[in-house]
Amino acid sequence: MKKFWKNTNGRFKTGLIMTAFFLVLGFIVYYIPHANPFTFNTYPSKLDPSMENWLGTTSMGQDVFWLLIEAIHNSLVIGLIVATIGTVVGVFVGLLAGFSGGAVDRVLTVVTDTFVVIPSLPILILMTSLMKGTSTVILMALVLAMFAWAWPSRQIRSMALSMKERDFIHTAWFSGEGTVQVVVTEILPYALTWSLSNFMNATLSAIAFESSLAVLGLSPANLISLGNMIQWARERNAIFARQWFWIGSPIVATVLLFIGLFLLITGYNDYLSMKRGR
Amino acid sequence: MLKIDHLSTSYKTIDGNVRVVSDLDFEIYDNEIFGIAGESGCGKTTLLKALYDIVEFPLEIDSGRVILSGEKNGAPFSYESGKIRSTWWNNISYVPQAAQSVLNPIMQLKYHFLDSIPKQDRKSKTEEQTLDRVKQYLEELSLSPDLLDAYPFQLSGGMRQRVIIALATYMSPNVVLADEPTTALDVVVQRGILMMLMRLQKQLKNTLVLVSHDMGVHYQVTNRMGIMYSGSFVELGKTDFIFNEPIHPYTKMLVGALPRVGDKSQKVGIPGRPPALTNPPPGCRFAPRCPVATDLCRRDVPPFREVKPGRFAACHNLDKEVR
Amino acid sequence: MKFHKYFGLRVLTWFLTIWIGVTFVFFIPRMFPADPVENMIGQIQARSGQMDPVQMESLRKSLRLQFGLEGSLLEQYGTYLWKGLLHFDFGPSLMSYPEPAGRIIATYLPYTLCLSLTSTVLAWVIGNMIGLLAGFRKDKRSSRILESIAICIYPIPYFIIALVLQIAFAFILGWFPLIATINHTGGFGVFISSLIKSSVLPAVSLLLLGTGWWIISMKSLSGTTAAEDFVLYARYRGLPEGKIGRSYVFRNSILTQITALAMSLGGVFSGAIMTEIIFGYPGVGTLIQKAIMQSDYNMILGCITISIVAISTATLIVDLIYPFIDPRIRYS
Repeated sequence: MKKFWKNTNGRFKTGLIMTAFFLVLGFIVYYIPHANPFTFNTYPSKLDPSMENWLGTTSMGQDVFWLLIEAIHNSLVIGLIVATIGTVVGVFVGLLAGFSGGAVDRVLTVVTDTFVVIPSLPILILMTSLMKGTSTVILMALVLAMFAWAWPSRQIRSMALSMKERDFIHTAWFSGEGTVQVVVTEILPYALTWSLSNFMNATLSAIAFESSLAVLGLSPANLISLGNMIQWARERNAIFARQWFWIGSPIVATVLLFIGLFLLITGYNDYLSMKRGR
Repeated sequence: MLKIDHLSTSYKTIDGNVRVVSDLDFEIYDNEIFGIAGESGCGKTTLLKALYDIVEFPLEIDSGRVILSGEKNGAPFSYESGKIRSTWWNNISYVPQAAQSVLNPIMQLKYHFLDSIPKQDRKSKTEEQTLDRVKQYLEELSLSPDLLDAYPFQLSGGMRQRVIIALATYMSPNVVLADEPTTALDVVVQRGILMMLMRLQKQLKNTLVLVSHDMGVHYQVTNRMGIMYSGSFVELGKTDFIFNEPIHPYTKMLVGALPRVGDKSQKVGIPGRPPALTNPPPGCRFAPRCPVATDLCRRDVPPFREVKPGRFAACHNLDKEVR
Repeated sequence: MKFHKYFGLRVLTWFLTIWIGVTFVFFIPRMFPADPVENMIGQIQARSGQMDPVQMESLRKSLRLQFGLEGSLLEQYGTYLWKGLLHFDFGPSLMSYPEPAGRIIATYLPYTLCLSLTSTVLAWVIGNMIGLLAGFRKDKRSSRILESIAICIYPIPYFIIALVLQIAFAFILGWFPLIATINHTGGFGVFISSLIKSSVLPAVSLLLLGTGWWIISMKSLSGTTAAEDFVLYARYRGLPEGKIGRSYVFRNSILTQITALAMSLGGVFSGAIMTEIIFGYPGVGTLIQKAIMQSDYNMILGCITISIVAISTATLIVDLIYPFIDPRIRYS
């Protein structure tokens, strides 16, 4: 563990600390009992930050701080769900394509490439606009996951192709291990390191997409996410009313979360390539 | 000519200084082909880098220097280590080991030539005229002038190597350093390259330093040669003598392992491996593998000195016979 | 021969991408239960009161025709492809009934194209130049600082940068209009000056993000290239640093960057849409937002189809430029 810490560079550590901070906010602080931040008029509206309301209140009488915590929680949850689905499906499809070869590979590759090449935002806009009003978190996550699996699948497939010829795989084959066993014991650990990188990327892009769709007004109305929070603040003229904490806090949170995730991802990639000896 | 003046270099690594090339002192003359032979990892390329003044981290010159001197167009010149790089390609040039990847893949060969010809030599001529001269030069080397319009990926490995040699000799440098110019090429092409190098040297009457682990190449081409082992020379002298009357035990075993026409004796390889440069043995570095090593050998490093006129060797047991 | 293969493959990809994308766009709405015609009739009724049944029926029929909902699925698909792709006829827009959606899109599209093309190209050029300098002198402090700044900017979503710029420069400092206001009355001069003033912030926000990415990638790319054998050899041949930087490192790195540019166009487009929405810039982005708010299906479909065609075509153009710069593709 210590060696790991020593070997990773500053970028990774910074990213890890920043991301961990948000995970704490979203999954630990979130569970501290508090009033439902969504209900209107829990407090007098448009208050400045005080001991009672750490970041003040919105123009609908909601506590900004707890609103923010819930937004972080929801954004992270969506991101993680989408990333999980996307990575699992992607790894499965990628391994299947890479190791089966032949017709199976061909078909899967065409399907994967289609999803990679098609510009995703327009299609996402289309789908979510049709769902407007009836969408839920789960539905949202499923829609986002539709595009999240393609890139990981491609990467895993090319990894599988290069691994197929590697010596240690042949050794395992020849020593009599069955296909499934080979996959699980030899290949999966290797695939997992790649998948981790893909997973973090998918999380980042899922949260980004959800936020962008929120600005278009396409995020589920009963869901408080970082994107939604910013959008509501905009709609209710938080800028004109100079309610900096209401609109500023989700902006700052989003920026820091994304930078943190990005540093984590690049730091991790640097660490991986260093381990591989380049 | 090149004078190597008590040169010692080492690599700075996390595990400490790795001394490669220890206290070398010899000269390479004008108008000769000088060979440097030795096993992989003995320090040949490091020496070449030091000669060419490519001394970049982690390689460092600990002590001594290399002096490049001579005459060009009637004017004498002299450069020391550190300043040699200012005359790169003009008075000294370098033919590298991997000819495959040293040319810019998206640039035509003619631009490679134009790039290498410093502006001051072109001042009076236009690009056209310069290229004409280059074409003439290529023809003299039996290379088609059409090559100039080609891209590197369109040439075979042997052709590329020839073009690089042409590139390296165009400015008529005083010294040409060639690092394993024939490795990775098939035997027929090898011969062509060697003939080209020899012809060029004869024409320009300059110095050619040839590094190769292939003793056959040295025999065919070089006038004088030095045998390196684990970072220093063990023997140096005229090629004829090295092959026919070797002095140092290592040289004797090397030469003895070469097949000759009509020779029916059994060939013996040299047992063991060269020592790791990070942890050399005390005394003579060849002692662990030497059949005539004594305690003196294992204790004291033998000095590299002139044993017969023009012949240098580093060994405590120069008169002993080796089987 | 290799070139023809390359060319053919790229055109095929272009064609397939558009076809598959458009097919998606066709089938997805039909998977949802909402009937756009009934929706439309409901909205029209809500606005102008009850209609008598005969009128409603004929309206319904003509709407269904215009929406392409008449006939078998295959017929609908055929008509859709024919009208939509070849004539950009998407039927009437709901928001501005009965004006054709395609025509409205055509008035908004030039703004989007101008904004995104200029900022993309600029960002690519500037970003690569800075990235080259930074990568070539990898160890200088200035390059590391630059990279750190780029890293902090790159991951931020487009709309947030747009929002921040809007708050800072339009609202607080008041240097630029909060919402893009382009004056069409008052002559050409007024039009141009109002256009420029409204375009600065959107363009800057697109530029910032774009440049960030190209700086990062070019820095690492040129760093890698600078360590290649042929660059080292160029040094050993005594070539001056400037020449090596230009002809050896830059020209080789830029090839990869051109391919990367082609692949980035989809993301650039999404970013442009978001930025337009924040600033109310009169482009396709704002149009899509309005269409979504008013459930104008024809408009939505039209915008999305145009987007897919635009992105794919732009990618194709960049891909076709590539062989003219990389001789390895030109010659077999």
